[in-house]
Amino acid sequence: MRNRFLATPYLIWMILFVLVPLAVVVYFAFTDVNSGALTLHNIARMGNYLSIFIKSIWLALVSAVICLVVGYPVAYFIAKAPAGLQRFLLMLIILPMCISFLLRTMAWVSLLEDTGVINNFLGMLGIGPLPLIRNNAAIVLGMVYNYLPYMILPLYTVLEKMDPRLIEAAQDLGCDDMQVFTKVTLPMSAPGIVSGITMVFVPAVSTFYISKKLGGTDAALIGDVIESQFKAAYNPNFGAALSLVLMILIFICIGLTNRVSGDEKGAMLV
Amino acid sequence: MSKELIRLVDCVMVFDDETVLDSINLYFNDKEFLTLLGPSGCGKTTTLRIIGGFQKPTSGDILFDGVRINDVPPHKRKINTVFQKYALFPHLNVYENVAFGLRLQKIPEKELDARVTEMLELVGLRGFEHRKPVSLSGGQQQRVAIARAVVNRPQVLLLDEPLGALDLRLRKDMQNELKRIQQQLGITFIYVTHDQEEALAMSDTVVVMDHGRIQQIGTPEDIYNEPKNAFVANFIGESNILDGIMLEDYAVEFFGRRFVCVDKGFAPREPVDVVIRPEDIDILPPDSGHLCGTVTNVTFKGIHYDIIVDFKGFKWLIQTTDFHAVGSYIGIRLNPEDIHVMPKSEYSGLFGDYSSYSEEYEEMGDPDADAEEENSDEE
Ligand SMILES: Nc1ncnc2c1ncn2[C@@H]1O[C@H](COP(=O)(O)OP(=O)(O)OP(=O)(O)O)[C@@H](O)[C@H]1O
Ligand SMILES: [Mg+2]
Repeated sequence: MRNRFLATPYLIWMILFVLVPLAVVVYFAFTDVNSGALTLHNIARMGNYLSIFIKSIWLALVSAVICLVVGYPVAYFIAKAPAGLQRFLLMLIILPMCISFLLRTMAWVSLLEDTGVINNFLGMLGIGPLPLIRNNAAIVLGMVYNYLPYMILPLYTVLEKMDPRLIEAAQDLGCDDMQVFTKVTLPMSAPGIVSGITMVFVPAVSTFYISKKLGGTDAALIGDVIESQFKAAYNPNFGAALSLVLMILIFICIGLTNRVSGDEKGAMLV
Repeated sequence: MSKELIRLVDCVMVFDDETVLDSINLYFNDKEFLTLLGPSGCGKTTTLRIIGGFQKPTSGDILFDGVRINDVPPHKRKINTVFQKYALFPHLNVYENVAFGLRLQKIPEKELDARVTEMLELVGLRGFEHRKPVSLSGGQQQRVAIARAVVNRPQVLLLDEPLGALDLRLRKDMQNELKRIQQQLGITFIYVTHDQEEALAMSDTVVVMDHGRIQQIGTPEDIYNEPKNAFVANFIGESNILDGIMLEDYAVEFFGRRFVCVDKGFAPREPVDVVIRPEDIDILPPDSGHLCGTVTNVTFKGIHYDIIVDFKGFKWLIQTTDFHAVGSYIGIRLNPEDIHVMPKSEYSGLFGDYSSYSEEYEEMGDPDADAEEENSDEE
């Protein structure tokens, strides 16, 4: 009884800011922009955007994997560091998150553009200018840069909680350092991996600002398309339909990640 | 018995200025069952961790088969451990936990399955194969930990209080099982416990430790019958420990009386500790006893009675199968072989006086009395 009572504020929050908007999105997605009549037209148009969906998911996935590969050793190092250093390093990881996301992306633009810091420097050495911006690699770079902390933090949490005696037990039974990692540390950090991938993938797949600033002119991601439906094209109904489909695709992807991790453990993260 | 396998030479372990092991010199024979016995915090686990390779001694050497192995990592030592805190792998089920070491050794699947199954049978956990460790009771987890180590048939097995979480019945069964496995497979067991009965019952050699120092090494009989100092005498079994003076070889004085004993080799008139085991004392009518005293407390213990007898203000514990009422005046006789003389040590005077026994007993036996006492302390 008491538990249910304590959950009330959360329930009200969920209803007001999750369920109601979701219902609105669903309603918009299935109604016509002009007449407001029920229609499947918005959903039917989705086919034209298939390649953009695929590209968005693909780039987000690549970013998530790069974040994992880069973030895991960092998280591992922080988790094994002495307590004082640990706090300091964590602060360094969190610090960029305190600066506006837009500002950080703009900073990358001024670093990467043809007349930017890097190309100017290379120019002095007689190289370039290199095409560092307006391509998919730049988008992935922006995503990795922005979302890396969301990978490191959950990984750090599981690695830090891991009982060092388990590592001793593995060594005792004959594991060398590599086997300790593959047989104990890695499988036991699966929940952190799933949660990290989810936390990077979900915002990355629906991002619009990064691709707009760092991507090429034809590099619109699905987030950009959705944004433009609400702003430029003023077709919120089609935007809602796109959002709905994207949401379903994200759920499918998360479901797959949990399945791959082979455990019900991953479920707690969603 | 057989040849020496492991030796610790002057091992010192210091943790932030605290000397936890103070110059340990100890050797372990092949196929021996050796028990490290001592109170909590005396350095038993630390000693095992040094042998297992999880801790490097601050100074001193550890030899395996005569070769210095201070720098050999744990996975290269032919040693397995049953950890005090089990350390089961939470992401693996019971079967895979037990199979872990065998898989690393690339044992063929058929043999692996046979050995794991046999081992689970032995620790009474058949049918638990697919359970995860979190879903097991403490005692079940402990048995998985034993199975996980024993199944590898290592040359040396380190067991850190492997039966601590088991009830008495199961503990006795597992003691027999472990002893049988040890003898059958010819494994050297280095066993840690603070249960003295377990140590005496199972071991070939017992090492009594306190404060990071070895107090005595010997067979269970040696340790019990010939304790080297008041600490050992008190820690192993019950002891009445008295101040005495060694008059000459085979003669000791205490309570102002001369007694014949079997000890020799002390300086004339050297002050000594005299140990008298409560079960060795014969009770006689007062007129024919060496000493006479009044019974102040009687406790029924099943096989015998624990009685506390006041001899001139010093209270002794005596175990007897005959009932003696509180207040009765009795005599006792001490045979020479029942009197054990030890040199004085830092532990002299700390143990072996049962003056506080009756209160101790009431506190232990009656939880209400205990609670009341605590309350009155607070007030
Ligand atoms: N890593 C460590 N850092 C600091 N002190 C330690 C460390 N490990 C052990 N100690 C200290 O060393 C002493 C001996 O510890 P140890 O674990 O060997 O005791 P033990 O004999 O196994 O006791 P128990 O019967 O309670 O398990 C204790 O005082 C403990 O606090
Ligand atoms: Mg211990």
